[in-house]
Amino acid sequence: MPPASKHKTRKMEQSIMPKIKKAAKKSLKAQDNELAATNKQLEILNGSIFAEGELPYFKDKIAEIGHFPLRPNKLEILQINVGYMCNQVCEHCHVDAGPDRKEIMTRDTMKQCLEVIRNTEAHTLDLTGGAPEMNPDFRWFVEEAAKAGIKDFIVRSNLTIIRANKKYYDLPEFFKKHNVHVISSMPHYTRGKTDKQRGDGVFDKSIKALQELNAVGYGMPESPLRLDLVYNPSGAYLPGDQAAMERDFKKALDEDFGIQFHNLFAITNLPIARFLDYLIASENYEDYMYALVEAYNPAAVANVMCTNTISISWDGWLYDCDFNQMLDLKVASKVKHIKDYNEDVLNDRNIIISQHCYGCTAGAGSSCQGTVA
Amino acid sequence: MANSYYDPADLRKFGKITEWSEELGTKFFDYYGKVFEEGALSAREKSLIALAVSHVVKCPYCIDAYTKDGLQKGITKEEMMEAVHVGAAIESGATLVHGVQMMNKYNKLSM
Repeated sequence: MPPASKHKTRKMEQSIMPKIKKAAKKSLKAQDNELAATNKQLEILNGSIFAEGELPYFKDKIAEIGHFPLRPNKLEILQINVGYMCNQVCEHCHVDAGPDRKEIMTRDTMKQCLEVIRNTEAHTLDLTGGAPEMNPDFRWFVEEAAKAGIKDFIVRSNLTIIRANKKYYDLPEFFKKHNVHVISSMPHYTRGKTDKQRGDGVFDKSIKALQELNAVGYGMPESPLRLDLVYNPSGAYLPGDQAAMERDFKKALDEDFGIQFHNLFAITNLPIARFLDYLIASENYEDYMYALVEAYNPAAVANVMCTNTISISWDGWLYDCDFNQMLDLKVASKVKHIKDYNEDVLNDRNIIISQHCYGCTAGAGSSCQGTVA
Repeated sequence: MANSYYDPADLRKFGKITEWSEELGTKFFDYYGKVFEEGALSAREKSLIALAVSHVVKCPYCIDAYTKDGLQKGITKEEMMEAVHVGAAIESGATLVHGVQMMNKYNKLSM
């Protein structure tokens, strides 16, 4: 092909290419979107295709295998959401987190959490957000919690926070000092797919942050400093096989950037908050719910994360999981708040479910720790 | 009856073909499932082959299914488009290689 026509082709490509949609700049809450109201979300999850009997309700599906009502097993994980403030506004975020969210856990609530952490039977403490590091008392809380001697202490870090501001540059060292297990989101090993979901520049910053974590020993083969990545699809489809994705991620990140990490957790996007808004706006909601129900795996039900986790919100309320927290479905127990915490009473409860729960039982199952079946 | 030959919602009903012939339907889906398992070829490679073939056989259901499958497997759009071109190249090659037959015939019939 002569150079002239080559040039012409390229020019044409540009003009017919759709403009890449920028990631949202505001939370649904700040946009006054009607989905910011959790009852509206529940109405959608209980309505249309389910109400008309096209698809079965989740409770009927788990009743078939004798799991309704869904009951907790032994408590293993305390997951604490220290606030919805975040430096990113990801298109799929089930927390609807962003810089405009002001819900932040206070030191008083943290003290109540510490009391629980010191006495719990749970072996894992899992801090999440928003960007947990943005809570002004985050470091104090980590220092105190690390003293409680819990076996596995996780911080869910979005990576870019480490590069967001000078005051965060030392986070890798800080995590190392307190033997924190770092779990970070990384939607893809290519720039295009990452930035589309998470915003421009997220990929390069994440790569830099991973290299810095590697530099202090995180994620290196045999290193006790655990660095795991979370993958979740950037669109209306389910995650592929976790082991195969891990292989692809490891190969690409190592070859392209010399980055090492331990495990990849493939997490299914649940149809709530910003992801639900996207599904409806893109007319993918119905297909997505069909895909979730079709992929329903009875074997995943026994180990869904709500059976071994308690989720605590920034203001101290207790939930079966982080998703129920975002739908404001507090635990069905006499103990509903961290100030009244009693593990035995709390564990004797029925777990609250709705159709979003199909997200955790699809395929190999999905939880904050990856697949469950 | 629907008033068009292809309805995207019909893809979800594919499994129902078993209802009218259980033995053959079940055998087909068992076979189908087995074919796409990780083997000497990875599931990822098979997905790209399936996408290319979907285009060559011009099956809209298959194109929907294997575009989604590719996304699920983390396959990039560049990889998908290259696979489509592989299918297109073979298909156009298959047409063009018959040009030799045309040339042979032309030569044979010409003095």
